[in-house]
Order: sequence, then C-alpha cells, then structure tokens
Amino acid sequence: MKDWRYWLAEQRGTLLALGIFIVMFAIYSANHPAGFSANVVQTAANKGVLLAFVAMAQTLVVITAGIDLSVGMIFLLTNCLASWLVVGTPMQTTLGLIAVLAAGLLCGAINGAIVIYGRLQPIVATIATGAVYYGIGLLLRPFPGGSVNEDLADALTGRVFGVVPASLVVLLAVVLVIWVPFSRSVLGRAAYAAGSSETAAYMSGVPIRRGKFAAYALGGLLAAIGGLFLTFFTYTGEAAYASGNAYTLFSIAAVVLGGVSLFGGKGSAIGAIFGALAFRTIGDLLFVFDFDPLWQPLFQGVILLIAVSLGAFALFRVRNRLEWFL
Amino acid sequence: MDGAIPLLRVEGISKRYGGVRALEKADLSVFAGSIHAILGENGAGKSTLIKVMAGVVAPDEGRMMLDGREVTFGSPGAANKAGIVCIFQELSLIPELSVADNIVISDPPKRFGMIDRKAQRRIAEDALARAGAADIHPLALVKDLPLSRRQMVEIAKALARKPRILILDEATSALTAADVSRIFEVLKRLRLEGLALLYISHRMNEIAELADQCTVFRNGRNVASYKAGSKSDNEVVELMIGREYSHIFPPKPVAVPATAAPRLEARKLSWADRLDNISLTVRAGEVVGLGGLDGQGQRELLLAFFGVLRGLAGEVLIDGKPVTIASPAAARDDRIGMALIPEDRKTEGLMLPMTVRENLSFAALDRLSKGGIIDRAAEQRLIDDMVGLLAIKTAGLDIPVGALSGGNQQKVVIAKWLMRQPRIILLNDPTRGIDVGTKQELYQLMRKLADAGAAILFYSTDYDELIGCCDRVLVLYDGAIKRELVGAEITERALISSALNIHGEESPVGLGASA
Repeated sequence: MKDWRYWLAEQRGTLLALGIFIVMFAIYSANHPAGFSANVVQTAANKGVLLAFVAMAQTLVVITAGIDLSVGMIFLLTNCLASWLVVGTPMQTTLGLIAVLAAGLLCGAINGAIVIYGRLQPIVATIATGAVYYGIGLLLRPFPGGSVNEDLADALTGRVFGVVPASLVVLLAVVLVIWVPFSRSVLGRAAYAAGSSETAAYMSGVPIRRGKFAAYALGGLLAAIGGLFLTFFTYTGEAAYASGNAYTLFSIAAVVLGGVSLFGGKGSAIGAIFGALAFRTIGDLLFVFDFDPLWQPLFQGVILLIAVSLGAFALFRVRNRLEWFL
Repeated sequence: MDGAIPLLRVEGISKRYGGVRALEKADLSVFAGSIHAILGENGAGKSTLIKVMAGVVAPDEGRMMLDGREVTFGSPGAANKAGIVCIFQELSLIPELSVADNIVISDPPKRFGMIDRKAQRRIAEDALARAGAADIHPLALVKDLPLSRRQMVEIAKALARKPRILILDEATSALTAADVSRIFEVLKRLRLEGLALLYISHRMNEIAELADQCTVFRNGRNVASYKAGSKSDNEVVELMIGREYSHIFPPKPVAVPATAAPRLEARKLSWADRLDNISLTVRAGEVVGLGGLDGQGQRELLLAFFGVLRGLAGEVLIDGKPVTIASPAAARDDRIGMALIPEDRKTEGLMLPMTVRENLSFAALDRLSKGGIIDRAAEQRLIDDMVGLLAIKTAGLDIPVGALSGGNQQKVVIAKWLMRQPRIILLNDPTRGIDVGTKQELYQLMRKLADAGAAILFYSTDYDELIGCCDRVLVLYDGAIKRELVGAEITERALISSALNIHGEESPVGLGASA
C-alpha cells in the first residue's frame, strides 16, 4: 500500500466529519435567504467556534479514554471571570486575558490531578468539579452582567480583510499553537497511547501520567478560550446552568461526529472541530427551511444517531463474541 | 565464559503473590555475547523472574547486579534505560498507533520539541529491516496487523531501543516458520554483536538450535544450569519434574463404561488459527482433562463448545446428534445442558458487588421464575441445597460476593451452574489462585458429579490435577491434540514431554478421539 492510503485511513474520521460539514453547510447556505455571503459565514462561524473550542477541549480528554463533563462549566466560569477581568486599558485587558486562560488551565489541571493521582473515574470526578466550577461562576455573576473590552471583542468577532471571520482565524491559530504541537509531542503521543492501551503503554515505558495530565490541563485551557469568545459575543458574563450542560453534552456529540473514539486512542481535534461545526449547522438547518423550531432537538438527535451508528459496524466482524465487551 | 563478570546477575530473588510463592531465592547469571535459555513447566517462576528483571514487578527480596553494580528498577521504563528490554508474551503494542509510532514509543526522535516524523520513519524502517520484517509498512496501524506480524513489530521495537540484554518470552509462539528462521538469524547476529539474550521457550528444537546455556526452573527456583546440548530431552524433562504431590485426590473408577454414544463429541473443530482439527469425545461419567502448556488453544476449545466463537468449522455432537450452539444462552439450554466454569471468576464468573444470593441464581433464573417473577421460595430451597452441597462459607446470602475468599467465590461460580443440573460441565482452570483445602473439595465434587452422570471436560495448568482427577487427558499443542493419555499413562513425564511436543520413551497413541 502507498503512503497516502495509510494517511487517508488515519484521517478517515476527520475527512468524514469535514464531508458532513460541507454537505450540511452547502444545504444551509443554499437555502439561506441571504445566500452564501460574508455575513452568513461570519454569523455561522461565530456560533460554531464556541462549540468548536469546547469540542477540542473534550477531544484531548477523550483521547486518553477519559471524559470531561466539566468542560461546559469551565466555559461558563471563564465567561464570568472574563466579564470582570477583560476590561480597561490594553495593558489591563491583556493581564485579564492571561488570568482567564490561567484559570481555565488550572481547572483542567485540577481535573487531571484528581483523575490521575486520585484515581477517580473521570466521569465522577468531572461531574463533581464541574459543579464546583459552576458554583464559583455563580458567585462571580449571580445575575447576568459585567462587560468586556469592546474594541477587542469586536475585532475578534468581526471580519479580517472584510471577508474572513476573525473567529475562524483565531480557531486556526489555536489549532496551530496548541493542537499541532501537542499531537506531535511525546506527551501527546503518551495521551494517545494511554487511551489506546494503558497496560501496553506502561510496559513500553511511556510517560502515561504526564501525557494524561497535559491532556486534561490543555482541555481546561481550550474551554477557557471558548469562554473568552462567549464573552466577546455577548459582552456579558452569565452563569447559565442549562447552557453549560448543553455545551458539555454537545461537545461529546461533536467529538463523536468528528471521528474521535470514546474508547480512546483515536481521533483528532481537527475532526472534532468539523464535528462541532457540522453539529451546529444541523441545528440551524431547520431555521432556513422555516420549520417550527420545536422540531430542532428531535431532528438534531436523529442526525446524530445516524452519524454515530456508522462507527458500530466493526462489531459485525468480531469472531470471538467475548470481544464485544472489551 | 567462566571467570567473566556476568552482564546481569540476579541473586536470591523471591516473590510471593498472596500466599503463593512464585519465586524462591532464584539465581541467574547472564553473559554478554550468549543466548541463555530458560526452561520450566507452567508456574515454575520463569515469567515472574523476567518481570522482575524488566522492572514490572518488584521482588520481595534479593538483588540484581548490572555490570557488577547493584540496580533496582521502579518501572519498565527504568529497566529499558539500563539496557534491559523485554519482549513479553502478552504484546505490549498500542493498537491504535502506527507501527512506526510503536517502534519509537519509549524514546521518540525529537526536533524543536516535537516528534520528528521523518526520523521516526527512518528508525522504524531500519528496525523492521533488522528484524527481517521489511514487508511491514511503518504507517500501518498495529490493530490492523495479524498476530504474527505484530510479534515481528514487537521484536523490531525491542531492537530499536538498542538493548544490551534482550529478553524474549515465548516471542516466537505466534510466528510462522519462515519468520522464526528469520528471527533466529537476527538473534544469532545480535549474539555476535555482544548482546546478552535470555530466551524463554517451550520449543525444545528452538532451544537446541539457539541456546548456549540453559537453566531449568522448578517451583520458583533454578534447579539446574547446563551447557546447551549436554543433556538429552528426557534428562531435561526429568529436571522439570519433581513437584511434591500435595493434594488428595478421590479414587478413580476402575473402568469407564464405553457403551452409549458419547455425551459430548467434537469432529474436526477448527477456528481462526487457534484450533486445528480437534476431534474428541467425553462420555457421561467421565472426567477428561485438557493438558499442554498454557495458551495452546485449550481456552478457545472450551469457548467454542460454549457458543462464544463465531465462524467455527467442524461439528459438535451432543448424545450423538449434531447441534449448533450459537451463544452461551443456547449452550446452557436444557436440550444441551452445558455449563462453563470460566477462568477468571472476577470478570466472567461473578458480579462482584452483587450479593451471594443474586450471583447464585443468575444462571438458573429462567427455571426459578414463572411469568418473569422469581419464585423466592424455590430459589431459597435451591440455594440452601447448593450452599450445603459445596459447603460455601459465607456470613450470609445477602452480602456482596466480593467479600468472600477466593475459594468460596469459586464455589459460588460452580454452585451457580450446578443449580441448572448441567449434563456437560466445562472447567477452565478452576483451581487457579484458591487454597488447597478448597481444591480438594473441588476434586471430590468433580468426581461426585461425574459419578452422578455428568460429562466433564477439565482444563488445568496444574499437571498434578490432571493426573489426580482425570480418566483421560488430551494434550494440546499449537491448537491441535497431540496425544491422548489414558488411565495409568497419565504421568507427569508423559504430560510434560507431550506438552513440549517431544516424544519420550512411550510412543504416542492414536491422536484425536478415543475409539
């Protein structure tokens, strides 16, 4: 087999997600009253990147065969924090940005420390920490409010050269600065190895703990970038419980749609980004067709079910039935 | 080599797992530029020894010296750094990563802090070529490779770490003959390059071809070291024998009645590359043992009967009539009446957090319920019978089964199946990790069930048990029945030599089914 075929096989999940996204977005923009215009793209991008950042955060943890049910809450907490800190002079704003990102990193690191060193199951640990993060967010913003440096907000949610949505440029930058180095670093590979087979990874002398820890911590950082963007779009901070939970669940859906295996060890954050964008587009599809919005959750659910069922076909090839349960 | 300083020396290493001693003051010296073979039967302590050397388990006592300096390893990574690389029986490859990723996994080449994929590719191609496996593409995912190719990757991975001491634990068990000869060329070259190789294998012909020095392990101790070729196969078998008989076995019936059609019969069963043309019969009232080294297809055979394997070739007959058993649920159905006591009671036998009562009734719920409602009184009667019959020691029926001792847990697994009054009982190494007293009770029980008319197929890794319990023993090697031992023929010598697939003084009797 040629090299490119292996590359193709490896990227299949990502390419599939890209394909789904393109098809969905084509249907969406073709039927949009305003057509395929810079405005439509900008609005779609701004909605999409929020979930894309949270989905990237989820990807990092899912790769280690864990799950982070606190991503949505880190997203909210950092939103509340940003509505206090990312204000004032450019200097103050910069410090505020750093503080918000550091807070996200810390949240992720706490998750990682509990899961890895406390040996708690990720699902339980992150439900608990998620509640804590939400609680802090609520204390910071008992009522929606606050503000943000509007110049910065407008710049990052506007368009570059009048065409390209700035939020997409930031998303690309984050991929290049965080995801690419991580996935190609020893720690990233350790995270994949731990997710695929922790025993084999241990036996091979892989730094499993550091790899997993890095994945959780960077997950917190990515969720915080999402939280910042939420603030840039809304100009306020709000500890909206339902919204946080929805982001957590949608991030898992986006990750699966993006070809990341919930069993760990497989997938990429780029796939998850397309998964997130596709998921958002599916959600918006009904609006351009003038359907009753009441149908949206049902429709979104059916599409998701179809997409994730594609992953189950391998089970038909198993020869030892005990492998079904592995 | 006399007088030279050993590259690695272990002295007085002991290791216990619970009450079981796996190693008892074992010594071993390994020299540079030589291949050292380690022999011993199942449970002789070989695996534990190499796990100690490779930093996987910490010894309870004893010391290890590398180049004459004492060392301790906290993890496999630490042992790797010191130049000790082990190729384990259970593969240590990461299935979702590519071959190249796996080969460099413990120390990937780096450039600007990131993994240098070009360099990684070069290292992988180089290592694969050195291992004689240049046909494997470095970008292929390990999970897509067949077992024999994975083993070659495992060897390439070990070579890429530039070991000084290379330990191969049954590294050739899944390889094709062509691969084995290529690997042998590689190993011989490595010996010339000055590596020390530790070679664990049950294949006497491989040892004869490769080894310079041999050490025999028995009961966790090294009992003999000799220069390769200085002892005959029979002498080696003699050294491996010698475990004291510590169990009391019930008397066997004088002769097995061979009138009716066999209760369970297999004709030419094959599955994947693990079962090869297996034909056998088990009659009512008979205890038939499955012998051989661990992992020669015994487990797969039991799973095949129990309806777990798909794509099985060949025929299974119950009471002379062909049947298709498509699932464990079908196997336990009254028409077939089969029970399997699994190997790992913790995952396949019991629901540990659930109560003793619940665990006992699981397999028989259909018999104990009417219209989906469990008949509590009938359940209680049957459970009382079983707890009495097997003398299960428990503080109560409503405590989690996980709170019981290992032996009593195993009794619960057996009782759970006896509640269905099975006609065919398959046992997969049922006495592993349980105390001697319970073992004896199980032996008695097995004979009692056979006398009551059950057909029993019994796999054990403990040769004493096969000798003490079985009317006949079928010895498996590479997924095929190599030898059938009947009655007085079942001796430790016969079991070991046929397990190693060497023919001792007795000529092998007809293969496959008994007449």
